[in-house]
Amino acid sequence: MLKTYKLYIGGAFVRTESGRYLKLKNAKGDVIANVCHASRKDLRNAVTAAGKALPGWSGKSAFNRSQILYRMAEMLEQRGPLLVDEMVLMGLTKTAARREVNLCIDRTVYFAGWCDKYSQIFSSVNPVASPHFNFTVPEPMGVIAVVAGKDTPLLGLLSNLLPVLAGGNTAVVLAPEAYPLSSVFLSEIVNDSDVPGGVVNLLTGLHQELLPHLAGHMGIHGLIVDDCSQETAASLREQCAENLKRLFLRDSDWTDPESQHPYLILDTQELKTTWHPIEVISGMGSGY
Amino acid sequence: MPAPSTTKPARPDFRFSPRVDQVGIEERAKRIQTRSIKNESKAQGLKMVLSMMDLTTLEGQDTPGKVRQLCHKALHVHDELPGLPTVAAVCVYPSMVAVARAALGESEINVASVATAFPSGQSALEIKLADTKMAVDAGADEIDMVISRGKMLSGEYDYVFDEIAAIKEVCGKARLKVILETGELDTYDTVRRASDIAMHAGADFIKTSTGKIQPAATLPVTLVMLQAIRDFHRATGRMVGMKPAGGISTSKLALHYLMLVKETLGEDWLDKHGFRFGASSLANDVLMQLMKQQTGFYQSADYFSIS
Repeated sequence: MLKTYKLYIGGAFVRTESGRYLKLKNAKGDVIANVCHASRKDLRNAVTAAGKALPGWSGKSAFNRSQILYRMAEMLEQRGPLLVDEMVLMGLTKTAARREVNLCIDRTVYFAGWCDKYSQIFSSVNPVASPHFNFTVPEPMGVIAVVAGKDTPLLGLLSNLLPVLAGGNTAVVLAPEAYPLSSVFLSEIVNDSDVPGGVVNLLTGLHQELLPHLAGHMGIHGLIVDDCSQETAASLREQCAENLKRLFLRDSDWTDPESQHPYLILDTQELKTTWHPIEVISGMGSGY
Repeated sequence: MPAPSTTKPARPDFRFSPRVDQVGIEERAKRIQTRSIKNESKAQGLKMVLSMMDLTTLEGQDTPGKVRQLCHKALHVHDELPGLPTVAAVCVYPSMVAVARAALGESEINVASVATAFPSGQSALEIKLADTKMAVDAGADEIDMVISRGKMLSGEYDYVFDEIAAIKEVCGKARLKVILETGELDTYDTVRRASDIAMHAGADFIKTSTGKIQPAATLPVTLVMLQAIRDFHRATGRMVGMKPAGGISTSKLALHYLMLVKETLGEDWLDKHGFRFGASSLANDVLMQLMKQQTGFYQSADYFSIS
């Protein structure tokens, strides 16, 4: 009996509402698992869940978010050997799988550390020519869709997801088509590490089918697509222009240490500027 | 539109109201929810849901400004989508009736007011009558009263009957909706009995809930009440309306309610004189679904007025 890997929506492991499943094969052509073939309605449910979880997650203190992401790293480390097995099942060599898992743990620790630091780096006090104290702070953009690239089972997905979470956004994640199992494994880790339900929602399915719905959904505020073709990129740009959705097309080698930087967090932040009136000291003869 | 009831009917012995088959009712309600609805019927159904809606605000924090905002929403449900029906009524507390009346002006939208020591109903009859009169005098077209659940549960059916009949008298031309608060009645049998009492005492509508108690409206409890309405209509020829209220927040669920009405009572009940939804957040979900049908894109509440 093959295992059926579920979707992760709103903190629950659910089957696709469509009743469709994909058979996942290994390099030899043997079927190794059943995977949910998510429909646009699953996607809609995931976006609703992410929207509901947004006030809670973005309202947590930066330090608390940091602790939670760090807990995720700990869980990844604990369950590393199982994750390696899963990757081997999907066709990686043991060495490659070990390397991938280690990089994933490191990346999670890296972004856990940034949770309570990026705001200081990206905020500013701005000089203005009127009696105002003018300052700018980054605020979470909202619900972000993350479409993982096809090259790595987990590292690419995590490298794009973690900056989104660190910045207080909630996410709808589309797992890599070729490597859905480790993504579902990740959602189990997310579920067990104090990340509130709905903050991360994970779908498995066909990217070409779901991408237009991700781009068109008015409840998604930003879309990150890792490693897609020229034609897909062009049509995504068009669709996202329609509803003024922020689109980030990425194409990094995520195994390269240079690929991790806090500017990835800044991508899914909106900069909010405040003009705070102050007394005109010279004119008022004020005491301060 | 059926005229409000005027004659005083005979009073049956409510101890012998029909019993309800709990398993049957729940299975039937569950079965309805597995039906799929095709796009065209959906668009039509959603507009029907809008036209049957009582936009409601019943909070301690209500202000004239908030009520005016709700009335504005009732008049301009979503101007981006032309051809939408207006909602049936705006439902407020008695103290806000005059404000709502003024804000709605000459439009066809009714003002409904809760009365009779809403939501608990724990007060003397004189006060309930005065409460109702205050709302009617301020211009309410519809009165949503609550029954005395304590009396109902302790078997004082005559008290409940007389109270409803007395309120009905004070209502004058205003149509009377009787809230059973099914969440506090415990069993379907009691719900059925309370429905029978309310209808015989002169209710123009029977309504599930105040929205202040959980569970509020559910499909099974609505089905029980619809069957009571059907039986009452067969026996007396008078059409009583139905209003589920509270907890109906998605379009899909609303459409399932419509199916239940159509299949239990028939098409005669499928307008605002026969069926109402008491809801505050349902309107936006319906609008989002209609926009989705028109544009093809899933919508976000960010782009709709506050519900």
